[in-house]
Amino acid sequence: MKRSPSQPLILLPQSLSEITGPVFGHERVQAQDADLTRQHAGEPVGERIIVAGRVLDEDGRAVPHTLIEIWQANAAGRYQHKNDQHDAPLDPNFTGAGRTMTDAQGHYRFLTIRPGAYPWGNHPNAWRPAHIHFSLFGQAFATRLVTQMYFPGDPLLAFDPIYQSMPDEKARQRMIANFKLDLTEPQFALGLQFDIVLRGQHATPMER
Amino acid sequence: MSHESTPSQTVGPYLHIGLDWLNTRDLAPASVEGERITIHGRLLDADGQPVPDGMIEFWQANAHGKYAHPADRRDLPLQEGFSGFGRQPTDQRGEFVFTTIKPGAVPALDGQLQAPHILVNVFARGLLRQLVTRLYFPGDDHASDPVMHVVPQARQKTLIAVAQPDDPSYLQWDIVIGGGANETVFFDL
Repeated sequence: MKRSPSQPLILLPQSLSEITGPVFGHERVQAQDADLTRQHAGEPVGERIIVAGRVLDEDGRAVPHTLIEIWQANAAGRYQHKNDQHDAPLDPNFTGAGRTMTDAQGHYRFLTIRPGAYPWGNHPNAWRPAHIHFSLFGQAFATRLVTQMYFPGDPLLAFDPIYQSMPDEKARQRMIANFKLDLTEPQFALGLQFDIVLRGQHATPMER
Repeated sequence: MSHESTPSQTVGPYLHIGLDWLNTRDLAPASVEGERITIHGRLLDADGQPVPDGMIEFWQANAHGKYAHPADRRDLPLQEGFSGFGRQPTDQRGEFVFTTIKPGAVPALDGQLQAPHILVNVFARGLLRQLVTRLYFPGDDHASDPVMHVVPQARQKTLIAVAQPDDPSYLQWDIVIGGGANETVFFDL
């Protein structure tokens, strides 16, 4: 697949264009959009999980009122998408899309089910480790981030070229959620903490 | 306290599941003032083949050069119904279309005016991180634009949309994400 630039990126002198970015009001996102288990008549099959955390910038400051979009496979490792031909069952009670806004302290919380691993054609016997796609805006065009959240202890991480595309092991580990007993709800769902750090803004807002 | 940023990962092939709800093809409802334009483009790979599973996002100022964002503190009119954000998936032919208004000029941080432009994010399966580029408009003064200034002369044309001869409001702008003389300029922020 020939989908990467052959020329080096050109360092862009930042301006008001890059230190601003789209602002989404809470009116576009409903509270139930953060609950992927209640979007249909019945409950989806799978292990219920709470995925919660904080969105921060590189200076450790909370990123409040910012949009988070997620999407994922169902518990069997199948996406609700016409191009996914994996021979695993679709779940009529699971779409796999959610969204929410962080609160004033940068906190967010989703309720979903643990996605399954699934095979793909990258190399012989290739399987993607279980993951949830995350899309975030932050407070500037320059802070836009799309990433994937992985699960602790997943043996497939060692073989996954997408996860391994980050050469730095510590950087890779920042994409793995942590199991948290205090996020776990008794008799209901396991809790996973996934904090996300957005790039800082390398320029100060202009005052004039 | 210093925190290390979370790495980027590809959007993969199933981005539509999570992102299509926010698709915005028309950035400017009829009530928004400005010169109305249509931007049509194709997302192409190194072989000139269309990328049918990509996504394009726009970020732009309004006709006064004002961003609908609190960091833009200049005393310029904001307009109801104009957020400056657009999102469109590419179709089976790799094509995308936005209708919007031409943005006004926005100053660089030193106050020097930049030529009118739209910021563009390109997402696609196979890209570890989104590609960032800029769309400029034909007929403007690009010579004094501080961003164009850092782009080699021969590659500047990849950033400038082309007006259709019989309809100057209809602009064509292809994004080429690999190889060859026509490769679009992408930026590191």
